[in-house]
Amino acid sequence: MAKGDAPSVIIVEERKPRRLKLSILTDYGIIIAFIAVFVVLSLLAPAFLSTRNMLNVLDQASQVGLVALGATVTIIGGGFDLSAGAIFAFSGAVAAFIASLGYPIPGLAVGILAGLTLGFLNGGLISGFRIDSFVTTLASGLIIRGFAFVLTAGLLIQIEDELFAMLGRGRFLEAKIPVFFFAGFAMIVWFVLARTTFGRYVYAIGGNEEAARLSGVRVGFVRTMTFAISGLSAGIAGVIGASRISTGQANVGMGIELSAIAAVVIGGTSIMGGEGAVWRTIFGVLLLQLISNGMNILNVPPFYQLAVEGSVILFAIALDSVRHRMP
Amino acid sequence: MSPSGSPIINEHKDWGSNDPQSHVRTRGISKRFGGVEALIDIDLNIARGSIHGLVGENGAGKSTLGKIVAGALRPDEGELAVDGRRVHYATPRDALIDGITMIHQEITLVPKLTVLENVYLGIESRRAGVLQARETRQRFGGLIAKSHFDLPPDALVSSLSVSDQKKVEILKAMARNARLIVMDEPTAALPDDETAKLIEIVRSLCEAGTTIVYVSHFLEEVLSVADTVTVLRNGELVRTAPAKDETPESLVTAMLGRSMSLTFPPKKFPAADAPVVFSVRHLSRRGIIEEVSFDIRAGEIVGLAGLIGSGRSEVAKTIFGADRRDSGELEIEQQPVKVDTPHEAVKEGIALLPESRKDQGLLMSLFVGHNVSLPHLATVSRGLIIESGRELRETAYILEELDVRPPEPAVRVDSLSGGNQQKVLFAKWLFRRPKLLIADEPTHGVDVGAKRTIYQLLTSLAEEGMALLLISSELEEVLGLAHRVLVMRLGRIVEELVDSPDDHSSLTEDAVMRAAFATE
Repeated sequence: MAKGDAPSVIIVEERKPRRLKLSILTDYGIIIAFIAVFVVLSLLAPAFLSTRNMLNVLDQASQVGLVALGATVTIIGGGFDLSAGAIFAFSGAVAAFIASLGYPIPGLAVGILAGLTLGFLNGGLISGFRIDSFVTTLASGLIIRGFAFVLTAGLLIQIEDELFAMLGRGRFLEAKIPVFFFAGFAMIVWFVLARTTFGRYVYAIGGNEEAARLSGVRVGFVRTMTFAISGLSAGIAGVIGASRISTGQANVGMGIELSAIAAVVIGGTSIMGGEGAVWRTIFGVLLLQLISNGMNILNVPPFYQLAVEGSVILFAIALDSVRHRMP
Repeated sequence: MSPSGSPIINEHKDWGSNDPQSHVRTRGISKRFGGVEALIDIDLNIARGSIHGLVGENGAGKSTLGKIVAGALRPDEGELAVDGRRVHYATPRDALIDGITMIHQEITLVPKLTVLENVYLGIESRRAGVLQARETRQRFGGLIAKSHFDLPPDALVSSLSVSDQKKVEILKAMARNARLIVMDEPTAALPDDETAKLIEIVRSLCEAGTTIVYVSHFLEEVLSVADTVTVLRNGELVRTAPAKDETPESLVTAMLGRSMSLTFPPKKFPAADAPVVFSVRHLSRRGIIEEVSFDIRAGEIVGLAGLIGSGRSEVAKTIFGADRRDSGELEIEQQPVKVDTPHEAVKEGIALLPESRKDQGLLMSLFVGHNVSLPHLATVSRGLIIESGRELRETAYILEELDVRPPEPAVRVDSLSGGNQQKVLFAKWLFRRPKLLIADEPTHGVDVGAKRTIYQLLTSLAEEGMALLLISSELEEVLGLAHRVLVMRLGRIVEELVDSPDDHSSLTEDAVMRAAFATE
């Protein structure tokens, strides 16, 4: 039987609880882990629970969170976007470049559009030539980052204009603006995946591409759109990143796509595709951020943080594998 | 429930040890999967050197029992004795040490390795980690001599036919000195002529002293090959009896717990003036299909017969737009339609029930209801937004209509039995009634009870006025349901056999086979 859906409710035998516990662990492990880390940090570090620190955590999570929302869509659809980090850098560089010509607000908009366009190109290549998304985006990522270096001439494009910095550093109410972008985009992606026909098709092509095709789903179109969404999310994140430091540069966002994929997997979305949810990704992103924030507060040296993050990812992948092997 | 029929079953201490004839014996074996009891208190005695058939409906527990014997599953309760010794197998490897192995329903070979490499995978001759190619080759020669199989050692497994691949699996078992082989549905994927060959092989293995546990739902096949037959029903052992004392009818009665005839529902012929619903002209795909043309009228079931590889399934997939075509025009209700992709086919009212439920038909990890609505999601949506309430209601309705158990849209497909999954596949393509339903192997891998339901369903759909194209490897199914049969050979339609209400003499098995093999 699969997971803890309806049937598990009626089971009364004595053997059942063990399996039930396991399925709760694999299905909702992320929430348990999140609560556990939250409680432990609250007890260990009084500074942790302050409103200021909480808002800080959210702000720091927002960029990788945006990229992770895009990655959620591509992964559920059965693909990977390894070019997200490069798109992040390119979008920021484009925004800064145009801002440096004296158009800060159009710069930000065009930067985001550049991300969307590159995502479309990725998707078009993958669907058109039917090539593996992993390899395709690995290659296109190199090309895109290359162009980011060309655009910035390998230098920093610094923007003095305060308008440009608003997006990354401005506040609304108590929270920084990027937090609202993260929350808003999360709501949109949730709605698209859970409530629209397109969202259903994403699950279908990730679950079994051939069955989806034979059901009349336009696999190529749907797949292209998943990469467009990923490009859009990396574009928004990249522009926020450039705005935050008032600088466009080509070597930012290195590895952000991997952190994003890690957050998706930690949340419990299957790397095999066809399963997953936006709320999982949000918890995954926040858990990783809590861990790094907590270790900062507790003065744990940064290299331990990497090891801890890696261990959490390994654990999540093992759990995903166990879940798929359960009868 | 009857005991396994041996007197020493009452001796609790050494209950397996006294009978040299007994190869494997189980006592009180039970197994649960989640809340489902797959096996309940099974006592079974498998005699050495015999062919022991296991029959039952899908979900009766026959594969589970086979897997427990072969160490692929562990029982929750009960004991297993091999050669009179009590054993506890944790893995198939443990069972292999006792000479027990299993050939699964699906081929478990590595396609891109050669026959030789597959047979000796993991047990290659080696010295200090270096493969000894010549020695392995000699051992292979010995195996071939013993088995009389004619297999090229250096051919890639992926280049072999399914029956040759089965032979490789048997060689693999022999290379591991298997003295007991559990075969799970060994002929499910084989056409008739290859089935006969495989049965010969099974017999010769048995004559050489190997014990065979033969799991199958082809009753006549089991009766023809097995010495002893055990019938399972809902995880319980109904009876074990010599095969010569059983008939297909007696087995069906035992399997279902009630008597049920294996016959087809009566054919209702379409009216002579029934309009043509579907036409295809000059359908070709280079090297696979040539110049295929035919019509289907409202209420007509047209069967597509032919050997495997004759192009039957390819015609279906090409009509549906799933395979590219080089030429061919389609008409629906006498209007030309453009169908180059499955998406366009669905829009034009063509449905294809694909041959492989798991690979092509259903999304196993999704909800039943989401599978059912997938091809016609727009009809339960407003714009791009799915109206979930409506989707739930309407999918529940069709599940109810097709008697899917449970008729519950919000459960995962892989939690249902094979027969019910097949009904879900039907529900998916009948959710919005198509004009043409192409059913490719509609009863693949389902049990007798579900088969009969599906036959009735197909007949009643035709009565509604739908046009049906039926493809099946089971010829009797095509003969029993179709009003007209097109026989294919080498990608062409070579014969058209028409059944009529008052003359059944032209549509016969003999006529179909003659055309398929091109013998006069």
